[in-house]
Amino acid sequence: MKARVLIRPKAGILDPQGIAVERALPALGFSGVSEVHVGRLVELEVEDETQLEDMCRKLLANPLIEDYEILVGS
Amino acid sequence: MNFGVVQFPGTCDERDAVLACERVEGASAQLLWHGETSLDGIDAVVIPGGFSYGDYLRVGAIARFSPMMESVARFASDGGVVLGICNGFQVLCEAGLLPGALLPNVGLRFVCRQVGVEVVNAETSFTRACEPGQVLSIPVKHTTGRYYAPGVELERMEAHGQIVLRYAHDGNPNGSSNDIAGVSNEAGNVMGLMPHPEHAVDPLTGSVDGLTLFTSMAVARV
Repeated sequence: MKARVLIRPKAGILDPQGIAVERALPALGFSGVSEVHVGRLVELEVEDETQLEDMCRKLLANPLIEDYEILVGS
Repeated sequence: MNFGVVQFPGTCDERDAVLACERVEGASAQLLWHGETSLDGIDAVVIPGGFSYGDYLRVGAIARFSPMMESVARFASDGGVVLGICNGFQVLCEAGLLPGALLPNVGLRFVCRQVGVEVVNAETSFTRACEPGQVLSIPVKHTTGRYYAPGVELERMEAHGQIVLRYAHDGNPNGSSNDIAGVSNEAGNVMGLMPHPEHAVDPLTGSVDGLTLFTSMAVARV
């Protein structure tokens, strides 16, 4: 089955990439944008979705610095 | 005294590391391929800089699963002395052998320059040839060098003398917490740092201050 893991910088940890994007948008005329954060998307085809949590903790994310969100199915 | 220098696919500073180790009086050094497991005859391990496994996923994240890293983890838990430089520091953090993690530089740019590095704790296996408070001139070259650990962890590390090296003269090049340039584990036998001591061992390149770290590791063995 298809699964997606969204990985983003942990709340409270400085995210310079998010800040850079947030500052770039007004230069292109986009206004009213805040709280921009840049993360990673991992797409997987898994047989056993119950293993995803463990995969995230052990490899896909570093829980010390990143939050992750598991999305299963299309 | 025989140093082992680990080489992953994508490592690029291993030869400078070997040359630095060999500059220590009476010391020899050899490369350790990541796919091997033997640490026979190795007295201290250096994990050098570079881009192990292409920095895929996260810096250091894949390298820690290599066969050699399993041996290095056992070596460390038996009290063996292990030094991680730059990418080696990132690998040791990912492997859980050191606390914390390395994040992208605050400026998001690759920084490559000589920095002052203050020896905060001169009683470790990596700094005992230094004077307390001594400022070493060593280059940094990295994009992901912002050391991070949660506040409680930082306090605990400060209390245990695990903050071994700090960027001096307000010269923090990457936004590291508390100006941290190098940390050790609680037992004191594993250390990681972002600056490159192996690039500061020859007067021709401006500084020989980096050599004191390798000398300290040899002294630790005696």
